Amino acid sequence: MAILTQTTCFHCGDKCPEDAIQVQEKSFCCNGCYQVYQILSESKLNNYYHLNTHPGKIKIQSEQKFAYLDDAEIADKIIYYQDEKQCAVSFYIPAIHCSSCIWLLEHLNTLNTGIIENRVDFLKKTVEIRFHPEQISLRQVAELLQQIGYPPFIQLHHSDESSKKTRDPLLLKIAVAGFCFGNAMLLSFPAYFGLNKGDEVFGDFFQLLALSFAIPSMVYAGSDYFKQAYISLRSKVLDINFPLALGIAVLFLRSLSEYIFHNGAGFADSLTGLIFFLLVGKWVQQKTYHHLSFERDYRSFFPVAVQILDEQHQEKSIPLEKLKKGDRLLVKNQEIIPADAILVKGEASIDFSFVTGESVLVNKVLGELIYAGGKQCGATIELEVMKPVSQSYLTTLWNHDAFKKPNAEGSQTFVNKIAKHFTWVLLLIATLAFAFHLHQSWALAINAFTAILIVACPCALALSTPFTMAAALSIFDKNKFYLKNTDVVEQLASINHLVFDKTGTLTLVDEKDMIFEGSMSPADADLIYAVCKHSSHPLSRRICSHLKPQHTLVINQFQEYSGSGLSADFHGEKIILGKRSFVLKESSLDFSYPEVHVKIGERYLGKFIFIQKVRSGFQEVLKALEGNYKSDLLSGDHAHGQQQMSAYFQHPDQLHFAQSPKDKLQFIAHLQAKGAKVMMMGDGLNDAGALKQSHVGVAITDEINNFTPGSDAILEGSAFIKLPQFLAFSKASVRVVHQALVISLIYNSIGLSFAITGELSPLLAAILMPLSTISIVTFCSLATHKAAIKHHLKL
Amino acid sequence: MSAIFFLIACSVTLALIFLGAFFWAHHHGQNDDLYTPSVRMLLDEEDKAKEWEDEIRETEADK
Repeated sequence: MAILTQTTCFHCGDKCPEDAIQVQEKSFCCNGCYQVYQILSESKLNNYYHLNTHPGKIKIQSEQKFAYLDDAEIADKIIYYQDEKQCAVSFYIPAIHCSSCIWLLEHLNTLNTGIIENRVDFLKKTVEIRFHPEQISLRQVAELLQQIGYPPFIQLHHSDESSKKTRDPLLLKIAVAGFCFGNAMLLSFPAYFGLNKGDEVFGDFFQLLALSFAIPSMVYAGSDYFKQAYISLRSKVLDINFPLALGIAVLFLRSLSEYIFHNGAGFADSLTGLIFFLLVGKWVQQKTYHHLSFERDYRSFFPVAVQILDEQHQEKSIPLEKLKKGDRLLVKNQEIIPADAILVKGEASIDFSFVTGESVLVNKVLGELIYAGGKQCGATIELEVMKPVSQSYLTTLWNHDAFKKPNAEGSQTFVNKIAKHFTWVLLLIATLAFAFHLHQSWALAINAFTAILIVACPCALALSTPFTMAAALSIFDKNKFYLKNTDVVEQLASINHLVFDKTGTLTLVDEKDMIFEGSMSPADADLIYAVCKHSSHPLSRRICSHLKPQHTLVINQFQEYSGSGLSADFHGEKIILGKRSFVLKESSLDFSYPEVHVKIGERYLGKFIFIQKVRSGFQEVLKALEGNYKSDLLSGDHAHGQQQMSAYFQHPDQLHFAQSPKDKLQFIAHLQAKGAKVMMMGDGLNDAGALKQSHVGVAITDEINNFTPGSDAILEGSAFIKLPQFLAFSKASVRVVHQALVISLIYNSIGLSFAITGELSPLLAAILMPLSTISIVTFCSLATHKAAIKHHLKL
Repeated sequence: MSAIFFLIACSVTLALIFLGAFFWAHHHGQNDDLYTPSVRMLLDEEDKAKEWEDEIRETEADK
């Protein structure tokens, strides 16, 4: 047996326990892994193991029940295509992580002939499955996936969105704009180089052709600018789209009139080029993180369907939204309680880590109210629903106004602020030039007026923000800080007040420092290890991993008292571990940290104390931010963490404890009312309101595949120490945009000095426009990268 | 020189065909997933390769 202790599981790569399953020189850590191997080897899918070693690496522990998929109403929401012969469904499978996964999931039809075809999208972690509904039901498909270690994650509102397959037309618009630009430019060259006398007929033809390329470019590709300009006019706030649309329209009208009256070569190439560059800027600005979602609410965390007992005391599964007051709800091990309910039957031991971030089991007695969001750890319990899902304590947070209004305040970007003034100045100059030249001739006055609008078209200005912010976004991304969109960079730069959540944000959820108070001999340690090894309670496992036993001891009469502790017998001596009340038969008032007391025989050894570990580097981060930012701590915990936290914060009034989810939201709103620009950092569902209300809500997570509450940005725990650099870099990025503005204004004034005289040649416009665009784009990306180097961020 | 009219018509038509091809490809989802196909093409159909090898061996043995 000793040889086997170091082997790793053939399927998942975990260390095998002593009693590992051994088949054909392969060992498996558990029955689950072995079963997957068996299924696959029976169907000759061994290739799965040849492509990568230990492809079953990501284990999803919880066993899901898919009985609810038999319900036609639920199935209808998930299946996105159905006819007599086949159904198509798209599942999100979080376990997809390597090429073996792709291979196996695309060979599902070897396992069940009812499946016709399936396709994996690796980045989105989805698999599209087409199957014969007579041969295999939707539920069986889901169960098959679970059997082979790839349980699908099913969400109803989520599948509503994904079933509508809309492809972004932006790529097509860029294709059209590029096509028109290329052709129009080539057709304009002859006019710039000068045509021979006899070739004028070609000149006319080329001009007409170029003009006709301008039409699809303007009508199809550039249509959004006109729509946006119309919207901005109606709302009486002039944004950057208005001068752009004006420039495009004037370019086209003047080109048209020059063709009709034969008094110029037209600006079709500048027009198509402008639209092409603008669209490329828009495209650069888009960034999609397939593996992240910034829009989650409580429904992402709650189950799709729940088990209830009907009048005949039969188990029945119903969709979550049909759960109503008075229903008898069954919650099994590792399931989430979806609504506020009263415990009727069974022993409840609830893990509220989804809600508070703190993974301490709380025991509830019969008749006690249990708030929604807790996870049952233990045997099945029966509950009576007190409030429907949307009215429960936690979920009412989402009914708050903060979730209804779009975040309009923050969206006022720098460029749009400038654009307001820019447009008025532009119109003023153009009108003055028009009035000035009117004395000489109508034609000259109109020439000057249109030339100014063309030359001053803020193309470079419109491109500076997307290119700078896109570069900044990708730098943040490489440093494990994922921003929802480019606007967030500007909002980050304006922040002056930081608010932190405690549990899970500043302290680590899974890592706890363990201290032993008392005295313990090595023999005692062996004994404690032997007892704790039998228990699956998180604290027992913590103790096991902490102790290093020298001898393996065999204990008898092991008993686990749920919610209290453990007891066992060793050579007639009774060993008791657990709560103070359980071990010492006395109650304690100090609930600051979880404790495990140890008693062997009549000897009291002492206690293990579990302190939450503060995120490393937190002190440095706070120190670096001290001068420029105010900071606060918001915690849902009772004051017991105060002592630990007051070491980090200077003033005790920066610490706010016992805050409900709504208190947190209101606290942020209160700071904002005083004019602060607030960044909230949190991790749990209880922070969701505060994250939404704040100017920038940042969700911190240590495992990027885990779900985070809805937020503007997601920060990986390991990058927390870089927070001061991130904030400084966001400011530097905004400064780059300011510098780009100055450069583009210089170009504009050069162009204007020509245009004001009324003499703007198409050649000059054709040179000036791409030149300014390219130089601005180059400047923005280079300057942003330079700023990143200066702030020691990974490129 | 009037050949230029014909040549330009040809070039524009050709360019339009390519633009049409891009539209077609986009509408058939070729831009939806730009990563997975690069992994998929590296996956060998090992079992089939073995089957073929066995078949070849068998036919050689028959000879």
